[in-house]
Amino acid sequence: MPQVTYLEAIRQGIREEMTRDPNVFLIGEDIGVYGGAFKVTQGMLDEFGEKRVVDTPISESAIVGAAIGASFMGLRPVAEMQFADFISCGFDQIVNFAAKCRYRWNAPAPIVVRAPSGGGIHGGPFHSQNPEAWFVHTPGLKVVEPATAYDAKGLIKSAIRDNDPVIFFEHKALYRRVKEEIPDGEYTIPIGRARIHREGRDLSVITYGAMVHVAAEAAEALAAEGVSMEIVDLRTLLPIDEETVLSSVRKTSKAIVLHEATLTGGVGGEISARITEKAFEHLDGPVVRIAAPDTPVPYSPPLEEAFLPNVARLVERARWLAAY
Amino acid sequence: MFDVTAPVLGPQETSSISSTEADLSRKFLYYLLLQREVEERIERKLYRQGKILGGVYVGRGQEAICVGSGLAAEPGDVLFPCHRDLGLYFIRGVHPREVFAQYMGRVGGLTRGRDGNMHMGDLNRRIVAIISAMAASVPVAAGAAMALKYQGSRNIVFNYFGDGATSRGDWHEGVNLAAVQRAPVVFLCNNNQYAYSTPLEKQMACRDIADRAPGYGIPAEIVDGNDVFAVYEAAMRGAAHCREGLGPYLIECKTFRMTGHSAHDGGDYVPAHLWAEWGAKDPIVRLERRMIENGITSREEIEAVYARIRSEVDEAIAWAEASPLPDPSTLTQGVYEEPA
Repeated sequence: MPQVTYLEAIRQGIREEMTRDPNVFLIGEDIGVYGGAFKVTQGMLDEFGEKRVVDTPISESAIVGAAIGASFMGLRPVAEMQFADFISCGFDQIVNFAAKCRYRWNAPAPIVVRAPSGGGIHGGPFHSQNPEAWFVHTPGLKVVEPATAYDAKGLIKSAIRDNDPVIFFEHKALYRRVKEEIPDGEYTIPIGRARIHREGRDLSVITYGAMVHVAAEAAEALAAEGVSMEIVDLRTLLPIDEETVLSSVRKTSKAIVLHEATLTGGVGGEISARITEKAFEHLDGPVVRIAAPDTPVPYSPPLEEAFLPNVARLVERARWLAAY
Repeated sequence: MFDVTAPVLGPQETSSISSTEADLSRKFLYYLLLQREVEERIERKLYRQGKILGGVYVGRGQEAICVGSGLAAEPGDVLFPCHRDLGLYFIRGVHPREVFAQYMGRVGGLTRGRDGNMHMGDLNRRIVAIISAMAASVPVAAGAAMALKYQGSRNIVFNYFGDGATSRGDWHEGVNLAAVQRAPVVFLCNNNQYAYSTPLEKQMACRDIADRAPGYGIPAEIVDGNDVFAVYEAAMRGAAHCREGLGPYLIECKTFRMTGHSAHDGGDYVPAHLWAEWGAKDPIVRLERRMIENGITSREEIEAVYARIRSEVDEAIAWAEASPLPDPSTLTQGVYEEPA
């Protein structure tokens, strides 16, 4: 099996769905001739034509709104935000319309909004954010963020087939850095299910996206010291796979919640609260959150490095918690 | 044809300019009177009796816009009403019972108590529910029209909004996208000269809403929004333009909101002479006069239609009041797709 990057895996998944279902089409800025700012949709225009690969004006609200309208007519739009940061320009269409249609008037809005997110690429305050918590706070949406190429392909396919609106965060730093062999054949990953990325005994780190790889590196370092860390990769942030999280914590009795997004109001608070509410008797220490500080994402390398949660910080906090 | 229990436009029957003026006039009259009567009851009776809570927005004085254009639409065309376009729902076969139940938060309403007032829709009747943020429906309408084109359908989209909505970015993004994509949307603006309490001159520095169209490379026309025939004919022109694949078409209907923004708003900020001036242009009075002058109907016949509507509305209100309130145990249902 060939090695496939995270980016190529997303492209494969979209391509397979477009081949399978003539109602699937792409809409976004610079996705056609240019192939997308990150080249996720490269080659799609040649293969599927202008009808199914729609280059739009710079109008994020119109992109999302048009996707919703097309979905009412039976199409399966996959909208691209050039950067997740710009999703705020389409925010109202997502949170006030797409998310509420089924509940209000029984009108499903099966759209996918792809949002390249995350730091570590020196993109600065407008090209590096992780805005997933805004959407996790919105009933009616599903929020997905894969960490591996395998999951990226399986989840984008599930997102396209899902009958509810899905916000699909794809971490930019993983696009070309993460590579693995994935099966040629058809497979999907169910939305709403976490997975154990690495088994461990002494503590659990619950994380997602690029931080799964930070956790994996930290787990190696800790193993050398005799600390066994389990890694739970959430994969879906809404709905949260509470059972997988709780069963890991019940096993290890200690939990760290790790994410790249800023701390206050982040997904980590929600996970942490659920653990203390529902697995309190199993805990042998406080639930620890590791996240970016409450600042915009800075540009200059020393500042950005200080901003992003890293292996050293996780190892240090894990040692502390393991000894607690 | 005045039986409100059946959709007036069946699947095989389409409105067209071949309809005789008499037939069309009767349809216009019926829907105008029905909207007026249902909204009178909602705003001036049920709301004041405390039977309807929350916001109440009516189309008094501007009903000709939704009725005239709604009857120009083919049954497969997709409608995006604004909050003063109740007539569109009736044209698509929504029963007044469902409307009253909607306003009263009952299970029998189109949203089963999940949303109130005009925030209702039904994809089976090709009506997309209002999005409360003004103009948010415009990009959605553009996308629906793009999809119809994608599917090779001859159907088109009618998208309604007021003058105030054209101040929002969504309006401009949506119209521009529709124009670039040559999407088949008839954009219908009810320019009723007030956005809540804010008069037109504080909304925009151009004179007409139609002035916005050249900036997007689309045609526009201005019609007397209180003349139901003028609106119908303009909508037919716009629809023909769209069906020919020529892209969107903007119709600005000049009218006046003969009420406050909502039931709690007396509209004290409106100069008194405007009420008088526009009250004299009431679209129902004008249609009735035209029908009588052309020998299509008589005052007695009109009174008979009115009486029938009143009794149907009485029955619809009784039905809605008997419709149960939603069971709180259903609160969390339907946020996501659920297993069948």
